[in-house]
Amino acid sequence: MAKKVLMCGNEALAEAAIIAGCRFYAGYPITPQNEIPAYMSKRMLEAGGVFLQSESELAAINMVFGSSLTGARAMTSSSSPGISLKQEGISYLAACELPAVIVNIMRGGPGLGNIAPSQSDYFQAVKGGGHGDYHQIVIAPASVQEMADLTMLSFDLADKYRMPVMILGDGILGQMMEPVEFSLQPSAFSLQPKDWILDGCKGRKPRVIKSLILNETELENFNLKLQKRYREIKDKEQRCEVLYGEDSEIMLVAYGTTSRVARSVVEKLRKIGKKIGIIRPITLWPFPERTFKKLEKSVKSFLVVEMSCGQMIEDVKLAIDCAKPVHFYGRTGGKIPDEDEIIKELDAISGFSDRRSDRG
Amino acid sequence: MREEIVFAGFGGQGIMFMGKAIAYAAMNEGKHVTWIPSYGAEVRGGTAYAMVIISDEAIASPLIKEPTICVAMNGPSLRKYEIKVKAKGLLIINKSIADSEAKRKDIEILNIPITELAQEAGDHRIGNMVALGALLGRKKIISLESLISGLEDIVSSAYHNLLPVNERAIRKGFEYGSR
Repeated sequence: MAKKVLMCGNEALAEAAIIAGCRFYAGYPITPQNEIPAYMSKRMLEAGGVFLQSESELAAINMVFGSSLTGARAMTSSSSPGISLKQEGISYLAACELPAVIVNIMRGGPGLGNIAPSQSDYFQAVKGGGHGDYHQIVIAPASVQEMADLTMLSFDLADKYRMPVMILGDGILGQMMEPVEFSLQPSAFSLQPKDWILDGCKGRKPRVIKSLILNETELENFNLKLQKRYREIKDKEQRCEVLYGEDSEIMLVAYGTTSRVARSVVEKLRKIGKKIGIIRPITLWPFPERTFKKLEKSVKSFLVVEMSCGQMIEDVKLAIDCAKPVHFYGRTGGKIPDEDEIIKELDAISGFSDRRSDRG
Repeated sequence: MREEIVFAGFGGQGIMFMGKAIAYAAMNEGKHVTWIPSYGAEVRGGTAYAMVIISDEAIASPLIKEPTICVAMNGPSLRKYEIKVKAKGLLIINKSIADSEAKRKDIEILNIPITELAQEAGDHRIGNMVALGALLGRKKIISLESLISGLEDIVSSAYHNLLPVNERAIRKGFEYGSR
């Protein structure tokens, strides 16, 4: 077993990117993700890669575009307002089928908002923040260990499907320190040569990477090709963690930092015999619909908890075709839902914690 | 064992570092730990806090509402956190600096002349180490040795000449807290 080290989420993510073979990083400073560029500015040079503090977020995402099409594993990171600026570039990455990892350590919005933790960029991340019919894979870590492990996964998925992958964290996950082990190695997949990159065409047919397709039929066919890939991803890459799926009457649904608080609620209420569990989506796109469909039959209702005014709740309702009541509790502006507030909400839904534990 | 600790004081008193030092040592003893800083627009002289949970079991929520232990390194943090400490919890107060006294009767209160003890150890700036020592003197969360040996790893090697004075400060605090 690798030695445990105490690290903040941002640094763990950056180190994992290096281990995954990321050799190009460009970014522009913004709290609460500054530990990523700070760490990269030192570590990337040791690893023999390129670290670049760009003049803007737009420049950073376009530098990632450029290095990705030469075959490098490339990453950029920012926080909410900076991620908005990158949206055009992400749409172009999707259009050119270029792998890249984009990290969003979310902060309070809209606008410049504040630097406190938030989850209010969910829609932007999973519904396509840029223009056009595209998706990015969206990964939601919930611990410093996952900030490392899922970063490695993100690079693999980006290469495997040749598309942008977003790691969607929040201020707490970025700043919090927890023990982390770097036991993962780059997968066999990441070692495969890329046969589509632009690396000089001497001795072979030139390749073209572009997003301008003027012919309508060609562009429609290209879109259909993308959609086919998205269906494959929906089929193969749904990930989530379920606790007490067998006998729960109420399922909490939460991701990231919020899922940690929700998990505490579940542990507390399970100790006094309450039939409650939690579904924690790890991929936000593709949304883990299959798990919801399966559990929807036995669960009486869902309570979605978010650091937003209600965004993921829409995907929960869609996943179960509104077959069961889906309730919501959220805090916003940098506030984090606390355990007592969630328990109070559960009470309001069904007198949950007041009920005698011996009643079925 | 599960302790939820809030370290609070002025920016510049080494509040973040106190939390990191104890969390790191506890990790090395095989415990589960989380550390969360206040990461607002902090400046030297502003308020700062670090939340640390140390537990034998996996930690779900890393957030602390009612600390079982609070170390208040100045007056403002005493006033802010005294009311939040869990009943029967421990409140350690830097009485060298705090300009008021704690009123709670349902918690354990340890008033400690941190600046003076740090001065005796050799440097008035290392009150944070005195406080950590006092905390371990009162609550045996981890061993004193883990804390002291851990410093070597988390203090930049450029400052390793300061390790002995830090150790002295920790031992002074420990002695005071054990009384």
